[in-house]
Amino acid sequence: MASTLSSLFVAAVLAGTPLLLGALGEILTEKSGNMNLGVEGMMFMGAITGLAGSYYYEQAVTKSGGAPSGILSAVIALLVSFLAGAFGALIYSFLTISLRANQNVTGLTLTIFGTGFGNFFGEYIGLKAGGYVAVSGTTKAAFSSLRIPVLSDIPVLGKLLFQYNWLVYFAIIIAILMTWFFNKSRTGLNLRAVGEDPATADAAGINIARYKYTATIVGGGICGIGGMYMSMVTTSGVWVHGCVTGYGWLAVALVIFATWSPAKGVFVALVFGGLTIMRMYVNIPGLPAQIYDMFPYVATIIVLIVTSMRQSKEHAQPKSCGRNYFREER
Amino acid sequence: MKVKSTQIKEPLLRMVKRDAVSPKKAWEIRAIAFLLSLVTGGLLILVLGHNPLSVYKSMVVGAWGSKTVMYETVKLAVPLLITAIGISFAFKMKFWNIGAEGQILVGAVAAGAFGLFTAHIFPKLPLVILMLLAGMAAGGLYGLLPAVCKAKWGTNETLFTLMLNYIALAFIKYLMNGPWKAPGSSFPKIAMLVPGARLTKVLGVHWGWILALVLVVAAYFYFNKTKQGYEIAVVGESNDTARYAGINVSKVFMRTMFLSGALCGLVGMLQFSGADYTITEGTAGGVGFTAITVAWLAKMNPYGMLIVSIFIAMLERGSNTIQTNFKIPASASDLLIGIILFFMLGCEFFITYRLILRGKEEHHG
Repeated sequence: MASTLSSLFVAAVLAGTPLLLGALGEILTEKSGNMNLGVEGMMFMGAITGLAGSYYYEQAVTKSGGAPSGILSAVIALLVSFLAGAFGALIYSFLTISLRANQNVTGLTLTIFGTGFGNFFGEYIGLKAGGYVAVSGTTKAAFSSLRIPVLSDIPVLGKLLFQYNWLVYFAIIIAILMTWFFNKSRTGLNLRAVGEDPATADAAGINIARYKYTATIVGGGICGIGGMYMSMVTTSGVWVHGCVTGYGWLAVALVIFATWSPAKGVFVALVFGGLTIMRMYVNIPGLPAQIYDMFPYVATIIVLIVTSMRQSKEHAQPKSCGRNYFREER
Repeated sequence: MKVKSTQIKEPLLRMVKRDAVSPKKAWEIRAIAFLLSLVTGGLLILVLGHNPLSVYKSMVVGAWGSKTVMYETVKLAVPLLITAIGISFAFKMKFWNIGAEGQILVGAVAAGAFGLFTAHIFPKLPLVILMLLAGMAAGGLYGLLPAVCKAKWGTNETLFTLMLNYIALAFIKYLMNGPWKAPGSSFPKIAMLVPGARLTKVLGVHWGWILALVLVVAAYFYFNKTKQGYEIAVVGESNDTARYAGINVSKVFMRTMFLSGALCGLVGMLQFSGADYTITEGTAGGVGFTAITVAWLAKMNPYGMLIVSIFIAMLERGSNTIQTNFKIPASASDLLIGIILFFMLGCEFFITYRLILRGKEEHHG
């Protein structure tokens, strides 16, 4: 029983991390008043570019007779996936902030585009590689669980807390940094003002467009890293057609669950991660596996309804979210 | 915070709202944007080492070159068109129904409940009518649920409808693996509809295409000539205005979302009984999302949706051909649709505003 619970916990953390990264990116984006429904698209873009970055790096090094470095390969995947997600968000920002296009439709288009982008290049690179694209053992090792001296060897706790891949800790650090940023830093407070009431923030001398662009693009980059987690950790460095499908949307749902708080996001991601893999660990007699798959979505709907019934101002979406800001219509 | 000294300086570009733009000019701008999107797609094809013109040509030929592929293209366009019309009901009142995918699936399941299990009881005509009504009712109710919550508590409909997609998908997987699993099959799949209950073909394609054309006209009439259509437009413009004008906004939400979902449910029924003859996880196959872009590109005009859906169906069908001819993965169609949409979304700005370079005097009148 105890061992089942601890392996459930570990699996939940591993399954929840890409959702957490996607949600953190979207929280940052929504704090600026932009509701970017393109999370899934940006995650797809990060997933394929991160994988491709590592793959081509390895190919280039192997060709010139060297041995690829796992750490360098991981860093490349991180940077490239961030840039790809940021690029997707840049398109979204340019269309919604500068060209004033509808946020909902632009975000959905980004999801269609990004899904096509990921699957297209995934297959294309696979065809060129002769079947499918996969990274070598070196890169895979760089994304497998860490062995931290002393800490990893603590009985029970070592397994539960200190034996994950580095992206898990990376995601938690981002969540902590974002909590500090939103509550303690001047820039973070300004950003929140932009998301809540752009007209007032504008009158106070805050450059609305600059804040919106920056938050959305950095947020998109974080989503991209979440996608890279899917292709490098979840599918262990092999491109699987449609590997992100559904997860990007779960990340959007998680934002609501976490009531736009990065710190709560960590715990909610754990719950969501647990719900997505629960069927493999907990067997409720008479309940088929496919019904388990509904849990995260049903849970989100219940939270949506309950939060809308309570109408709390404290834990709500930033007020201007989803609506573009037109200075001349103040 | 740093306080910057602000100089009054004319920006490099500034924008001015156009007074009124002639429809001709607007369409010119859209045509340019469309061409630019094809050029961008072409550049991508060029980078991959192919000739863009021959790839585009192969796409068109692959979609219209022979009777067989033409039927396939129309078969792709029918669900897109009806779903787009369904979605536009909701979008016109700014109710973001992105749950068409799920509404299609439950429509297919409801139709399947009759088609798969009562085919030996009913003759064809009543059976088809039963499937049609069941599909529409199921889709409608599935769309009604988020509308009720939105009307009562203001629940965010975008995410609600979206989550319902995945619940419907999981439910179909459950049916495939459990209660509806085809007898004698080792693979989880649902049985085929018996040939006697399948939709009759008219000119090579099941009669859904005729229904789709009828719906185009009916939707145009509903939006522009009826009281209910007018109410949808007012609610879309502003909930407060609608309330002030004495419109029962909650009722409009619920009625319209039922219709929107019912049309999507109808698509599920048509896909099941006219195209696939079974239900799989791919019964909706992204139609619910692509249809949103169809409706938006057509600016919620049913006649426009007819043209756009045929065009998108051509891209999707044609991308299968370029996969075989050029070894370009078929996902290229999604990529291309995305690029085209980005340009079309962006160009609306240049229809509403015009940019003036620094130093250029503005011409009045």
